[in-house]
Amino acid sequence: MRAMVYRGPYRVRVQEKDRPVVEHPNDAIVRVTRAAVCGSDLHLYHGMMPDTRVGMTFGHEFVGVVDEVGPSVRNVKPGDRVMVPFNVYCGTCFFCARGLYSNCHNVNPNATAVGGIYGYSHTCGGYDGGQAEYVRVPFADVGPSPIPEWMDEDDAVLLTDALATGYFGAQLGDIAEGDVVVVFGAGPVGLFAAKSAWLMGAGRVIVIDHLDYRLAKAASFAHAETYNFAEYDDIVVHLKKITDHLGADVAIDAVGAEADGNLLQHVTAAKLKLQGGSPVALNWAIDSVRKGGTISVMGAYGPMFSAVKFGDAMNKGLTLRMNQCPVKRQWPRLFEHIRNGYLKPSDIVTHRIPLEHVAEAYHIFSAKLDGCIKPLIVPNAA
Amino acid sequence: MPYTPDKPKLAESSDELRARIPGWGADLDPADRPSVPKEQFDPNLSGAHWEFPERQPEKWPRERSIEHRFLTPVFGTSCPPKGLSGVIRRYSYRRFSEGRAAHWLLLLAADRVDAVESTLGSFVTRRPDNPLTETGVRSELTRHGLSSRLRGNRVDRVHHLIDPVLVAAPWVLAGGAAYLLLRRALGGRHR
Ligand SMILES: NC(=O)c1ccc[n+]([C@@H]2O[C@H](COP(=O)([O-])OP(=O)(O)OC[C@H]3O[C@@H](n4cnc5c(N)ncnc54)[C@H](O)[C@@H]3O)[C@@H](O)[C@H]2O)c1
Ligand SMILES: [Zn+2]
Ligand SMILES: [Zn+2]
Repeated sequence: MRAMVYRGPYRVRVQEKDRPVVEHPNDAIVRVTRAAVCGSDLHLYHGMMPDTRVGMTFGHEFVGVVDEVGPSVRNVKPGDRVMVPFNVYCGTCFFCARGLYSNCHNVNPNATAVGGIYGYSHTCGGYDGGQAEYVRVPFADVGPSPIPEWMDEDDAVLLTDALATGYFGAQLGDIAEGDVVVVFGAGPVGLFAAKSAWLMGAGRVIVIDHLDYRLAKAASFAHAETYNFAEYDDIVVHLKKITDHLGADVAIDAVGAEADGNLLQHVTAAKLKLQGGSPVALNWAIDSVRKGGTISVMGAYGPMFSAVKFGDAMNKGLTLRMNQCPVKRQWPRLFEHIRNGYLKPSDIVTHRIPLEHVAEAYHIFSAKLDGCIKPLIVPNAA
Repeated sequence: MPYTPDKPKLAESSDELRARIPGWGADLDPADRPSVPKEQFDPNLSGAHWEFPERQPEKWPRERSIEHRFLTPVFGTSCPPKGLSGVIRRYSYRRFSEGRAAHWLLLLAADRVDAVESTLGSFVTRRPDNPLTETGVRSELTRHGLSSRLRGNRVDRVHHLIDPVLVAAPWVLAGGAAYLLLRRALGGRHR
């Protein structure tokens, strides 16, 4: 089969690879019909995530058709169109039994701190991902769901990560009616978090980024008030000024490990790998939220330490909430919201790129060229 | 104003927001949100029909965190450790827990070694690495590279030049070393 393969930092290619096989009785093999590149893939692509091996196939946001199932699989069968959450999870460990699917303890031998994620380095379990023609899906009775008849495939693929994560991020903000919510990052996760904040009754939604084309999307798609941090000497002071010097009630970090806005932080983290991630946006969140407020961290950071302003978080009595998104928990409600017309996830898709050109998809998404917000990858046979 | 008791007034009331924004308040009740409360105990919800999953066969000694009691029943089988990078990875897993910076720094070092080993290895295969196609740099020409970077007030412009240097440096160094070695080899023959 054809598959995207990592060759080293900033280098990926498409090559022939063995088609995955059933390795466990509850595995399914899924023929991928749509995959996406996620902001998280950029952390791998830039060589920031420890134990990212040459030869791995990335891709944790994908949908497809079940091609083959292991002997113990009951809930899906060959021919079913399925959407697959980015989490690999068993369904019954201590954490899964409590709904913490992203924290499964039975799927990742390489680390106990993080669960299993498709195509996301060995630190997340060493699974090949879905930017390929076929992918192995463990625990086929647990993760995958049939794509509803009425649902567009492009909406379905975004439900497997970006939309679920943005929606989860807004929930972790504990938004109450009338709250002022500031979202850092106008990528797919930030856009969906901003949109979701309204569903939870926010009174004002502010989005911060430095890419004007993404801020324009935040204004049109997520009805947000937007500010380009590059235009302010100090975005924290600006946020204080526009909130009557109180600060926002809730801040959402939808940026993560490669945050810009402070060259030292960015270069030591993203280029030199001396810290787990560049916490510029997280530090701005800590400084711009009001005392007693809540920060929801959706941005991903590496497993090493990062230079976070913890003292101010403590002095301000902040609540910090965070996790990888337990995707499937969000689905029933998100299906309703899409059906009701409250959300149209595929509105943020800017590029549809054949699998054969995956290197270009990574380059334009990474360098933020050509107005790219969300690139979808379409395998040849799809 | 934080100096007095009341919250600053919002520009728009809830009713105005409900009228303007599709779905405003659909999840207004904090108790009625899918991730509230954080932990919801229900081992039968997931579709699983086991308490502890069957074990996937271990086809090669699978490296694992020493914080785990045993090899997890299911695991990924992409890219078994190989070469010098594999030796470093195995050592890092065997020796250091996830709590130790050494664990992660060794793994990052192994990643760099892996990239060099794999690239050198690729030159004796039918599919040598090609930095031009693999970096997707062609899209600089077809996807408005320069104008995308120059538009607006992007702050990442200042470090954009670091990326090509990071990517090209090993190739330039390797090319230089190869050239010197070749010259010495040829020079040796003439002498
Ligand atoms: N928790 C989860 O389950 C989960 C799931 C998906 C993605 N993520 C993480 O969420 C983050 C965002 O993902 P994405 O797909 O939207 O990525 P993205 O790269 O498209 O978006 C990041 C955005 O942040 C902007 N940015 C950079 N520095 C900033 C700063 N200091 N302040 C404000 N904005 C800044 C960038 O310009 C960019 O628009 C990533 O770290 C990703 O790994 C987490
Ligand atoms: Zn993701
Ligand atoms: Zn589990």
